[in-house]
Amino acid sequence: MVERSVRVEDKLFCNRYLVDAGRPHIKVRAHTKPSPQLLALLKACPARCYDLNDKGQVEVTVDGCMECGTCRVIGEPTGDIEWSYPRGGYGVLFKFG
Amino acid sequence: MIEERFDAIVVGAGMAGNAAALTMARKGMKVLQLERGEYAGSKNVQGAILYADMLEKLIPEFREDAPLERHLVEQRFWIMDDRSHVGLHYRSEDFNEERANRYTIIRAQFDRWFSSKVREAGATVLCETTVTDLAQDAYGRVIGVRTDRQDGEIHADVVVLAEGVNGLLGTRARLRERPKPNKVALAVKEMHFLPRETIEARFNLSGDEGVVIEAAGTISGGMTGMGFIYANKECISLGIGCLVADFQRTGRTPYELLDHFKRHPSVAPLIEGSEVKEYSAHLIPEGGYKAIPQLYGDGWVVVGDAAQLNNAIHREGSNLAMTSGRIAAEAIFQMKSRRLGMTAENLALYKRMLDRSFVLKDMKKYKDMPRLMHTNSQNFFLTYPQLISKAMQTYLRVDGTPKSEKQKSTLKSFVNARSWIGLFGDAFRFARAWR
Ligand SMILES: Cc1cc2nc3c(=O)[nH]c(=O)nc-3n(C[C@H](O)[C@H](O)[C@H](O)COP(=O)(O)OP(=O)(O)OC[C@H]3O[C@@H](n4cnc5c(N)ncnc54)[C@H](O)[C@@H]3O)c2cc1C
Ligand code: SF4
Repeated sequence: MVERSVRVEDKLFCNRYLVDAGRPHIKVRAHTKPSPQLLALLKACPARCYDLNDKGQVEVTVDGCMECGTCRVIGEPTGDIEWSYPRGGYGVLFKFG
Repeated sequence: MIEERFDAIVVGAGMAGNAAALTMARKGMKVLQLERGEYAGSKNVQGAILYADMLEKLIPEFREDAPLERHLVEQRFWIMDDRSHVGLHYRSEDFNEERANRYTIIRAQFDRWFSSKVREAGATVLCETTVTDLAQDAYGRVIGVRTDRQDGEIHADVVVLAEGVNGLLGTRARLRERPKPNKVALAVKEMHFLPRETIEARFNLSGDEGVVIEAAGTISGGMTGMGFIYANKECISLGIGCLVADFQRTGRTPYELLDHFKRHPSVAPLIEGSEVKEYSAHLIPEGGYKAIPQLYGDGWVVVGDAAQLNNAIHREGSNLAMTSGRIAAEAIFQMKSRRLGMTAENLALYKRMLDRSFVLKDMKKYKDMPRLMHTNSQNFFLTYPQLISKAMQTYLRVDGTPKSEKQKSTLKSFVNARSWIGLFGDAFRFARAWR
């Protein structure tokens, strides 16, 4: 199936967020070569929070995170990521949900 | 106030938590409810269909002021291939009744209303508070919670875990397992706004009548999953969900899947010209009966999605959440009024009461369904929809081919794709899991 590329940024743009600057609620464990689980997050995260840096390592930017837990389910068991909820009141604020 | 001791702490102000907190507060118990969102509902995502009966048991007069969208008069089920859909519609004037049976709702607004009822009943509701851990004593008994608000612990006789599918606290305290990729689906959803008249014209509705469409087929690209389109007053909820394990396996991205669904020739005209005002994502428990964890222990009970109480086949979750929350609260109240301790032994009453309710009876009925769907996802979500569509097209096209030849070629396409043994096997397994 051919998939046209969709700009997630445009979708996230209509959401409301209260970003807890400097306190990301998800962390990626330091690594040199990403595990298959980490690589899967590049695609599976519905907000495309995961990206490769120029050294080929997986990084996370939680600003657009919708706190769904998908990356937790995939990446926490292997210890690849540490996952928590943002502090109370911070993060995504759904108006409709 | 944190120095105070509570009869019960409820974690989460979703469907299950609100039902539990409301029930206990109404019975005069001293209840603290903690919610991490700015307001109840600000973190929650749903389709959403509200089942009136389960809410009526909690708030009989809810129709007076609850934020309801449309009452459902029609249900459609679509089996889709890439260019067509075969549909089953059920519409009945009987659903235009005084006390309608199902409504569409907008979760963030509904939860806020539900939460106001909990406050009115006398519970202390603290939003913007994330519970970080359960407090346990030396014997592992749950004695309260820790939050990100202050250093100390807040104590209570019992903690009701209504924290939803992700269930961080229960897993951190090792009361149950973390959800597994093949037991939860990831759903992505958009809210499409259109003038009321446009929605009513496109969906053949008048007044507050509503319709919902559930869709399965090649839209999930061979993954175990479903799409949905629900008509609200001035917007359409549209989304699609598939097993996390399938996303992991295929490398398909959720947003592209959603876009693909939106562009389907049967879907696109329904949302044409709409303004998208929100994009959301949430997990849904799909493990069924066999994935239900231990439901109670010393000083705690777990309710709703956190307990995997979700009937994915019928797309029911919030009603199971509300009912399990209410039943847990009733069991806790019995302990309290008989001055019995909140021990695992005593709280087992919750499980016994749940066993007698529709919640566990329904879950049990479909206990084999999740595995069947997951292990045969290619057949159920790709091959059969394509075959069914082809069969319909062959049947409907008038081109001078004798009908008997058409039947033969349709049958042949099924046998070629799945073999006789495969077809009978699938039918048998499906019937057995459904019965
Ligand atoms: C896309 C989608 C469509 C659905 N459609 C339907 C439908 O049409 N009909 C239906 O009946 N069901 C549907 N469901 C299922 C339904 O939404 C759930 O079954 C239901 O919401 C479960 O209720 P709950 O109270 O257990 O969990 P939730 O509603 O998820 O509530 C959990 C609450 O706990 C809070 N919380 C979690 N952790 C913490 C913490 N550590 N500290 C403080 N607060 C915390 C959360 O913020 C949240 O408010 C759908 C689900 C999805 C995702
Ligand atoms: S919780 Fe969901 S949205 Fe947030 S980073 Fe993980 S997968 Fe992405």
